[in-house]
Amino acid sequence: MSQFIDRRADSKGRSAVNRERFIRRYKRHIKKAVDKMISERSIKDMAREGKVNIPSKDVSEPTFRHQSGHGDLDRVFPGNKQFAEGDKIARPEDGDGNGQGGDQGGEGEGGDSFQFVLSREEFMNLFFDDLELPHLVKTYLGETKLLRTRRAGYTKYGTPGNLSIVRTMKTALARRIALNAAIDREEEDLALSIEQTEEDESEVATDEDFEAAKLALEKRRQAIHFLEYIDLRFRSRVQVPDPTVKAVMFCLMDVSASMNEDKKDLAKRFFTLLYLFLTRKYESVEVVFLRHTDDAEEVDEETFFYDTKSGGTVVLSALKLMQEVVDKRYADGSWNIYAAQASDGDAFGRDPQESAAFLTTQLLPRIRYFAYIETPDGTSGTPSSLWASYGTVTSDRFEMRQVHSRAEIYPVFAGLFRKQAVQQ
Amino acid sequence: MTNFISTGSEWTFDLLEKYDREIGKHAENYGLETYPNQIEVITAEQMLDAYSTTGLPVRYPHWSFGKDYILQEQRYRKGFQGLAYEIVINCNPCIAYLMQENTMPMQALVIAHACYGHNAFFKNNYLFQQWTQADAIIDYLVFANNFVHDCEQRYGFEAVEETLDSCHALADHGVYKYKRPTPISARREQERLRERMAFAEKHYNELWRTLPTQAEAPEVIIGEGFPSEPEENLLYFIEKYSPTLKPWQREIARIVRKLAQYFYPQRQTKVMNEGYATFWHYTLLNTLYDNKQVNDAFMLEILHSHSSVVYQPPFDHKYYSGINPYALGFAMFSDIRRICENPTKEDRQWFPDLAGSDWIKATDFAMRNYRDESFILQYLSPKLMRDFRLFAIADHEKEDHLLVSSIHNDAGYKRLRQTLASQYRLENVIPDIQVVHYKRDKDRSLVLHHKVYQGRTLEGTTGNAVMKHMARLWGFPVLLEEVGASGEPITYLRAEP
Repeated sequence: MSQFIDRRADSKGRSAVNRERFIRRYKRHIKKAVDKMISERSIKDMAREGKVNIPSKDVSEPTFRHQSGHGDLDRVFPGNKQFAEGDKIARPEDGDGNGQGGDQGGEGEGGDSFQFVLSREEFMNLFFDDLELPHLVKTYLGETKLLRTRRAGYTKYGTPGNLSIVRTMKTALARRIALNAAIDREEEDLALSIEQTEEDESEVATDEDFEAAKLALEKRRQAIHFLEYIDLRFRSRVQVPDPTVKAVMFCLMDVSASMNEDKKDLAKRFFTLLYLFLTRKYESVEVVFLRHTDDAEEVDEETFFYDTKSGGTVVLSALKLMQEVVDKRYADGSWNIYAAQASDGDAFGRDPQESAAFLTTQLLPRIRYFAYIETPDGTSGTPSSLWASYGTVTSDRFEMRQVHSRAEIYPVFAGLFRKQAVQQ
Repeated sequence: MTNFISTGSEWTFDLLEKYDREIGKHAENYGLETYPNQIEVITAEQMLDAYSTTGLPVRYPHWSFGKDYILQEQRYRKGFQGLAYEIVINCNPCIAYLMQENTMPMQALVIAHACYGHNAFFKNNYLFQQWTQADAIIDYLVFANNFVHDCEQRYGFEAVEETLDSCHALADHGVYKYKRPTPISARREQERLRERMAFAEKHYNELWRTLPTQAEAPEVIIGEGFPSEPEENLLYFIEKYSPTLKPWQREIARIVRKLAQYFYPQRQTKVMNEGYATFWHYTLLNTLYDNKQVNDAFMLEILHSHSSVVYQPPFDHKYYSGINPYALGFAMFSDIRRICENPTKEDRQWFPDLAGSDWIKATDFAMRNYRDESFILQYLSPKLMRDFRLFAIADHEKEDHLLVSSIHNDAGYKRLRQTLASQYRLENVIPDIQVVHYKRDKDRSLVLHHKVYQGRTLEGTTGNAVMKHMARLWGFPVLLEEVGASGEPITYLRAEP
């Protein structure tokens, strides 16, 4: 008695746990490779899979083995062509000559390194290793699940309001063609037999018979309705839960003359990193670019990073514009709002104090997180005026750091978004 | 009217059942005794999954299985290797996996091969009967899996992984080669565990916790020369006598060694097992064909696949990688049938009992009572040695040249056969290492002996690595002496925990 079981639908990731163990074990190696990839890849191109090499000796599993080439070995081979007993053969050069039929060939390829490919997911996981978005738990797949209606094809039943006329007509047309086809065929047969009787006098059938048959067919044809109930098609709509996995990220940057290309580049890297980070956590992430000199404006990415503009510096203008945009477009509570501000710290007069106050009272209560990074000139010890007044902001939704060089971007980023546990 | 079971290459579950029924009928007529079959259809991806756990339906998690999976997947994706058409597990009911990508003829071949050939071998070969418990293995695997998971929860991944790593390194030396192991049973294991825990609870006393910790030693009276007999099962010895292992670590050592023991017969019967299964798929499918139950196209596909499975490339061929167990095993079983049915003069001289006897009984007897080494020694005929054009090479360390020591001629047959047979002795692959002394009253170190066979010493790097694992499990120094024929140690390996 045999029993057949179809297992094809079973999950296929049975060895996923083992793969995860493997990656965990070789994290040190893999991390090194990942770091290298991060430094080589452009940020836009960051999120994809990557090859990792691990030295074979590190992944090998040792067992007691005989030393090859030592001692006396007697072995049998197939396919003798010319050897006779007693023949002497020169020993093959050191090397694999004839491997012990054993487990030597364990490596996939390339002998001394074990190579494998990290999936995009695994790569990104390592990329963001030890990081966690602050306050994420609250809104991520949040308690407040909105229901949203979404199109889901067509159904046969529904309310008149949802009637899809085009679909209904198509179905009706198809039905009519199908039902008429049979009648057409019979009509043809009839026409053929009429012709035959005309040629052949001996047939007894009369014209009346044919007339009657024709009429019957015509009647059947008329019985096919133009539209039937079964033709009706309705647009179907289903309700799907819509977790708040939407985020918007505001990029604020001072583009006055003192922000040179290098500083902008630093800022860009930071923004991109934040963007990547958010895309990992949220289904859709919108980005708003706000640049400011003494006046703020919303621009596209290209203009934001590469267009130059001259003028003074009023930080408050950008913050106010941000609030406007939030009010206008992201006020319905379903958005996770993040903001990152980059500046060289120049601010004059009452602007820094006002900005800090505005930030504390107006913006911070409404957003998830505000990160400020400063790209100061050189390494002068004196803090900028903006840095000094932002320093008075006390909120766990606010962080600020100074960045001097490209290499610092990631550590600073990691520091800003360190796991909550560390903060507490 | 034809009575073909099917034509064409598409398979359905209906057809699978029909083929299985027909093949089963013929198998019964030939007197094959099998476990009931449980045939599972899986996808290629699941087949890869199954590879990395040696086909076992349940296996505790370990990184090395992940590594195996990556290797297999890479080779498969790059096209270096196709997937096996089937995997079959020695259990009752006998589980066999069929891949959905196979054509109908291939599925029939796999059913004949795995569900009747291998299955009968698992059920009746003496090694499998004595050393494995087909009824208990699945339960035991589940028990082992749960236990390892449980330990991971309690003691952390790292600790469990370390222990498993060390035990895996010694898995080859965790088997009894001569003594019959106690049968495994998940229920009994669980009871044993519960007793052990209950004992620990009853004897738990807050007071003792304040004492400086001491290596806990099992209650065994160990005299001067302990063990009195050398112990070949290193993992067993560690499990029983290691002065430092925690109870859960002993249990893991036990699991690793039980599984190694379970696989041990398979390693000793590669040629026979594959040969027997191949012989039967060939015979059974030809019977279908002779009864006009399958058509020519079906048979051509089968023969194409069959002949590539039993192809033996010559030694100087670029695809040569040792003697193909399918080829040798199939040839030998077919040869037994030939000797029974059409013996030559030579056969009568070499196999007087076999010549002219009933081939069904003869193949059945051979299947039941031998393993590769003894099977070859008993049944390899001069004709086969000629067919395979076998020759033996003596590769002796002291000689400058390799010597062709015997070829397939009258003078060489017996030696050739002997040499080939000894090639299948596991001692030839797995070094013979035994525990000879446990210095309990001194530094608690352990002394192992490697009996050097034909001057073949241990490979140093891996040897030292394994010794480290050994010392980690033992908790005290371990010394390995390589002992030559004279009994004098040649070299030493030493490891501290």
